[in-house]
Amino acid sequence: MSDTLPAAVPAHDESGTDSAVAILAPRTPRSEKIMRIAIPVGMLVLAVIAWHLMVVLNNIPKYILPAPADVAKSLLTDYPTLLPALWVTLKITFTALFLALVGGVALAILLVQSRWIELALFPFAVILQVTPIIAITPLLLIYAPDTQTALLICSFLVAFFPILSNMVAGLKSVDHNLLNLYDLYGASRWQTLIYLKIPAAMPYFMAGLRIGGGLALIAAVVAEFAAGTAGEGSGLAFRLLEAQYRLNIPRMFAALILLTATGIAIFGLTSFIAWFSLHRWHESAIRREN
Amino acid sequence: MRNVNKIFSNGTLALKDMSLDVFRGEFISLLGPSGCGKSTALRIIAGLGGASSGQIDWPSSKINSRGLPEGDIGFVFQEPTLMPWQTVFGNVYLPLRLKGVSKAAARPQIMETLASVGLADFEKSYPRELSGGMKMRVSIARALVTKPTLLLMDEPFAALDEITRQKLNDDVLRLWKQSGVTVIFVTHSVFESAYLSNRIVVMKARPGQVYADLPLHTSAERNADYRTSEEYRATTHGVSRALQEAIHIGGGDH
Repeated sequence: MSDTLPAAVPAHDESGTDSAVAILAPRTPRSEKIMRIAIPVGMLVLAVIAWHLMVVLNNIPKYILPAPADVAKSLLTDYPTLLPALWVTLKITFTALFLALVGGVALAILLVQSRWIELALFPFAVILQVTPIIAITPLLLIYAPDTQTALLICSFLVAFFPILSNMVAGLKSVDHNLLNLYDLYGASRWQTLIYLKIPAAMPYFMAGLRIGGGLALIAAVVAEFAAGTAGEGSGLAFRLLEAQYRLNIPRMFAALILLTATGIAIFGLTSFIAWFSLHRWHESAIRREN
Repeated sequence: MRNVNKIFSNGTLALKDMSLDVFRGEFISLLGPSGCGKSTALRIIAGLGGASSGQIDWPSSKINSRGLPEGDIGFVFQEPTLMPWQTVFGNVYLPLRLKGVSKAAARPQIMETLASVGLADFEKSYPRELSGGMKMRVSIARALVTKPTLLLMDEPFAALDEITRQKLNDDVLRLWKQSGVTVIFVTHSVFESAYLSNRIVVMKARPGQVYADLPLHTSAERNADYRTSEEYRATTHGVSRALQEAIHIGGGDH
């Protein structure tokens, strides 16, 4: 009896103890993990193949629709023109986004300090928000010292408002009882702002950041279209127009791909920042388990 | 602790000429129909939204600029009212943090308070990971961490299930006996008030006023036996009758 039991117990032990059962987290099956990546990538590859076949089978000339290979070649050969242009667009986008973040958050904090400040600044905020910013680009081109600055201002204004309005909404959405609690413990305005209002506004800020990030790139491109001419230090949008004038369609596609990649990178980056700062506590960043 | 003669009235006359003396170490329940201003009274005691007239006198402790005794009040709201972005530890640390106590200096006190509400193992958890009853415990720990002399509780367990509520009632009684804190407990439950308090103040509505002040002296230990005792039954009967009268006089449509 005593000889047979120990042999049987370990086998039972491995699957049957409480700790072993409790630690096992619900895990996505490996096959599902692979499919999650394989399906979207596969669809993308299929689309490129379909594009290639369509061009080859129909003998579509390069100046109407280039094959994927032509676009890839253009990306490689034209990088001396495209890369500096990408760098300029990136610089404008990220500078604008950074300024919009600083300005939007600072103004939002100022606005919620007093009803009077809010009332006083309200008309300007509305006017700037409802005016299509692109429409003031020609004006900015006159006033700004150079084109780059005009583009920067445009991009900044477009990215600024979603961040401002989200931040204001966030700062105002603080649980009233928590505000009462801070009052009860005699918290200063500063403490209430730092420990309560700003953390409470983070989910809203993150929503603003994601919208603002996308809009900054769009505005940087559209404003450059509006600006039209630019020689030295021009961005991707200008290279796109230039390629169109020269009927260099593969280069247009190459520039487009760079813009798309930039957009995806910004989206990925802002989404990651949002997830990273909220995943411990906010419902928006937590996977639902029922 | 003795606060005398609070007289207030505001636009809707939530409270009219309400007076109440509170003595150190009491466990007072404010009981009344909804809309009788019991929560309003509690908030005015806490200094949240001042009285339109009348005054609150505090015993001669340090009084801060807002006329409240320094660090002497803990408040538990109807909801747990925790900061979701802070851990349990961070939430309980809040009152000390606002006073400028460093995290290291506050740690022993916080852990001791968390242990007293049975949450010592949960300091690193976030509120969303806790059950409703545990969140309420965190809220109570936060109110007690400053070692207040007055603990104000505004229907804290109204949203909890019966089992959790009884458990927390017992915990509050134990904490009250251990710390000697004065408790003012707002509730609309006759049974809860009779179980917990040694004095029940029944309020009436329109305008909010003290209707009856019932001292409750019982030698018995408040536990599961007490819940089924004849003494408890008689107490709830008396309190219920006072409450019915208060509702009736207040033009009761409740």
